[in-house]
Amino acid sequence: MSALLEVKDLYVDIPLAAGVLHAVRGVDFSVDRGQTLSLVGESGCGKSLSVLAVMNLLPKKAKWYADTITFDGQEMDKVRERQMANIRGSKMAMIFQEPMTALNPCYTIGNQLEEALLRHKPVSRNEARDRAVFLLEKVGITAAGSRLKQYPHQLSGGLRQRVMIAMGLMCDPPLIIADEPTTALDVTIQAQILALLASLQKEFDMGMILITHDLGVVARMADYVAVMYCGQVVETGRATELFENPLHPYTQGLLRCIPVPGQTKPGEHLGSIPGIVPTPIGKQKGCVFQNRCTYVFNDCTSAKVDLTRISAGREYRCLLSPEVCRQNMNESQAT
Amino acid sequence: MTTALLQTEDITKVYQVSAGVFKGKRSLAAVNGVSIDINRGEVVGLVGESGCGKSTIAKIILSLEEATSGQVYFDGEPMATIDRKERARRIQPIFQDPYSSLNPRKSIGSIISLPYRVHQIGNKAEMEARVTEIMDTVGLPPRFRSSYPNQLSGGQRQRVAIARALMMKPELVICDEPTSALDVSVQSQILNLLLDLRENRGLTYLIITHDLSVVEHIASRVAVMYLGRIVEEAATDKLFKNPRHPYTQALLTSVLTPEPRLGLPETHLGIAYPNPIDPPPGCTFHPRCPKATDRCQKDSPQPVSENDHMVACYFAEPPQ
Repeated sequence: MSALLEVKDLYVDIPLAAGVLHAVRGVDFSVDRGQTLSLVGESGCGKSLSVLAVMNLLPKKAKWYADTITFDGQEMDKVRERQMANIRGSKMAMIFQEPMTALNPCYTIGNQLEEALLRHKPVSRNEARDRAVFLLEKVGITAAGSRLKQYPHQLSGGLRQRVMIAMGLMCDPPLIIADEPTTALDVTIQAQILALLASLQKEFDMGMILITHDLGVVARMADYVAVMYCGQVVETGRATELFENPLHPYTQGLLRCIPVPGQTKPGEHLGSIPGIVPTPIGKQKGCVFQNRCTYVFNDCTSAKVDLTRISAGREYRCLLSPEVCRQNMNESQAT
Repeated sequence: MTTALLQTEDITKVYQVSAGVFKGKRSLAAVNGVSIDINRGEVVGLVGESGCGKSTIAKIILSLEEATSGQVYFDGEPMATIDRKERARRIQPIFQDPYSSLNPRKSIGSIISLPYRVHQIGNKAEMEARVTEIMDTVGLPPRFRSSYPNQLSGGQRQRVAIARALMMKPELVICDEPTSALDVSVQSQILNLLLDLRENRGLTYLIITHDLSVVEHIASRVAVMYLGRIVEEAATDKLFKNPRHPYTQALLTSVLTPEPRLGLPETHLGIAYPNPIDPPPGCTFHPRCPKATDRCQKDSPQPVSENDHMVACYFAEPPQ
């Protein structure tokens, strides 16, 4: 059986004055119903652009091409924008980071919620309103009926994000894409919203792509993880395997960077990844991580580094063998 | 007992905000009777959610805002009696967003040397020497001197902001969300730098943040704020081992560590963050509190300190 969404060899190029920015370079990922795939990486690694390309929402000047993108048994790269508009919102919904800018301040939330359903399904306004009330209650908003008449500015950040989630679910989509859904929210609210997303996903048996830079969120939410760096996937695997046994030096570095209460010693130096993320303009030779990697050797600067498959769904992009990678991680933890 | 480097005594800040087009102005108490002591060499972490008044406290300490009531003492003297330039020399800020806190039209060298020019210290050669020295301290390569902020990455910009703050050898540095705008790998670089500077220069920090893992790592004492009040304050290890206030407990359970087998935490909090214009009566936390009773709706609990562990709650866990 094929996956709900399967993306193979996706490229996104953005022409700039300084040259062509290869923002996404050969990315593969797939997600199934009931599964959560997390794309994780630092700003500029191409995680958001990858899904925007799938939804055909990239800015006009950006070019994208892929080997194949299949969604729900349909080949997406052959779908025209007109058909795409019917798929977006009804079959794949997006939850954006900043609920204040993603909601229209001039319309009531009831209006915006109903519009999502009226656009895609042959329903009456009353039916749309019933669905809106049902979903607002589902996302934990009390007095849903009276909330419909409110405007976005009358709601707090947490409530707005709940409205965004409800809006995404209006058409009962098989796939939901959440782009940094909790980054703009407070910590206690973040935990609540994530729990809500996870339970709704189970209830409606949706596939979810979760884009975030927060490794804590990834660890607690994802079934599968794809770590991205500089437009490439550098490591993928089940969340448990990837966090407990990270292979790529970048993944290892990221995990050493974050302070974890009870594990990292307060006041002591955290691990860090030296240098900064390079801008991927023009052709690059060798490994993308070479200039920040502690274990760099001659081949890294010249050889083509491909994803190496260890087991089903577990891949990493490094010239070192898994044994050496594991040993490196153990040694760095010991010091 | 030695006097604290910075002491705020029951400071309150009330803003007049518009409640609606025809409803006129209403008052919003952003900070509601906050007393906090910062001793020399300490790193005090101030945590709380957005809108709890933590940044307002920073502004009051920096004299960017005037407190409605209450006093701020610096090194034992009332802040108001200290000359403005003197204050700026001894207390320096590092702000959250290094994209908006640096003037895009000035070169890095000029941004870092500005404090020397404002205070008219030394001649040009001394100033240049000091800029070179400070850039080296914060890990900025000398070639950036004639660059402009837009040519630098977020982490490098934050280093510039830190260099500028350290130019005058301040005694107290107020860091308002110093790493929240940065990527994870850069955040750890900046935290390491702040730790080094503290060790080498005996700096005192007030770190304002919403990120509890950062606080746990860098702070020696933590104060937790909720809706303009400090609800719990203790040494960092004490507070993390034995959180006494239900809000602190919820905050700590909400920290998501990268442990995939743990799943999502249950915070037992109501969803509604109260409107600060219309704060709930009694304990402001009661609408969200799992332990709240009738008493909490009527009376506001006063802070009680036991065993150097302050908490303002009727049903606080016992101190250890």
